[in-house]
Amino acid sequence: MRELDVRQIADAVRDMCIKINYELSEDMQSALKKAAETEKGELGRQILGILEQNLEIAADDSIPICQDTGMAVVFLEVGQDVHFTGGSIEDAVNDGVARGYTEGYLRKSVVRDPLDRVNTKDNTPAVIHYSIVPGDQVRITLAPKGFGSENMSKVFMLKPADGAEGVLEAVVGAVREAGPNACPPVVVGVGIGGTFEKCALLAKKALTRPVGSSSDKPHIAALEKEALARINELDIGPAGLGGTTTALAVNMETYPTHIAGLPVGVNICCHVNRHIQTTI
Amino acid sequence: MEKKISLPLTDEMISSLHAGDMVYLTGTVYSARDAAHKRMIETLEEGKELPFDIRFQTVYYLGPTPAREGQVIGSAGPTTSSRMDKYTPKLLDLGMKGMIGKGKRSPEVISSMIKNHGIYFAAVGGAGALLSRQIKKSKVIAYEDLGTEAIREMYVEDFPVIVVIDSEGNNLYQR
Ligand code: SF4
Repeated sequence: MRELDVRQIADAVRDMCIKINYELSEDMQSALKKAAETEKGELGRQILGILEQNLEIAADDSIPICQDTGMAVVFLEVGQDVHFTGGSIEDAVNDGVARGYTEGYLRKSVVRDPLDRVNTKDNTPAVIHYSIVPGDQVRITLAPKGFGSENMSKVFMLKPADGAEGVLEAVVGAVREAGPNACPPVVVGVGIGGTFEKCALLAKKALTRPVGSSSDKPHIAALEKEALARINELDIGPAGLGGTTTALAVNMETYPTHIAGLPVGVNICCHVNRHIQTTI
Repeated sequence: MEKKISLPLTDEMISSLHAGDMVYLTGTVYSARDAAHKRMIETLEEGKELPFDIRFQTVYYLGPTPAREGQVIGSAGPTTSSRMDKYTPKLLDLGMKGMIGKGKRSPEVISSMIKNHGIYFAAVGGAGALLSRQIKKSKVIAYEDLGTEAIREMYVEDFPVIVVIDSEGNNLYQR
């Protein structure tokens, strides 16, 4: 049994909230750079150039990359041999988010109730997904999510007979419908299988996988590639103004499912796809 | 085509702008997003005046991050315009001329734009750090309690936008 003070978690969450809102992870930076080289449209290339410049200004002048610094989504993978001390783990995560968003000059975008809509003024609470894993460490993945793209996300309850082609149509259709609203070029997280809620969660998790990596299942890796190719033929392009770069990546995750179902979650993320990880 | 425009807009300027034009705006714009729109419409329904004279003005769909010491404003890119669609025709009827945001507009908004001779610009979504550099002054003028969603009067210089929907209803997103 390893004792772990929850304040360590809080501090890590604070630091990650700030860091990732000012500087994208390496995989995203190089994907954008590569896109600027391969984009065929002139306006598209111009927009991608603006996005690269934006990243430089954000880092140099300490201005968040985007004004929507997101709702904090936290995946906590907790080793089963960890014993938390010093308070509640949920409070610690929210304390880290509150400090990160306040001390980091990030936007407070969370309301306490979806209908009365009063701002909580510190961006809490986070959306926390826990899982228990072997070992005595805690892995924290933070993915602040902007809602321009979150709002364009979808769950489809397909039929088994729809198969791979059905999945492709669902994914490409969701991106087509999102069009310019989701701040393309987008990153598409897809969850296939499980249940209604599981596929949505897988889709969210898929967005935290490095852009440029592929699924370790060959048939899924092939599907990712095909989906990306079809999406980039939509001519939505950077900022929705046309071009060959509508998506930077399609990341798919799967899970076993029921004999009667083929759930598909499509979580769309913009080019400000923020994900950061640390292990304590 | 690239054009420089001094705000406030005039009907002649609007007529000269077409979907696809790159425009650099200089002058005053007002920030307002979801909560400010809701409150403005409620204010009108109560028979009261809007907190600023909206005639010939340009509204920027924006909720910035807080400014650091020495900065005019934090990150300041556009939010998705379609969430304002429900409120927009009313504001166009009152004389608002320009809107800056990102993404699609509803058919109701587009027909109101044609009727009222309005124009819709897009700024590059997710480029809030870069765009903030073109904002030279910013002052909260109403609804301060809404935090990031308050109404700000802002002075912008060479603020880069693209005409997405012009006053004739031509739409760059529908190529
Ligand atoms: S969708 Fe992404 S890039 Fe666009 S405004 Fe929201 S967070 Fe920023």
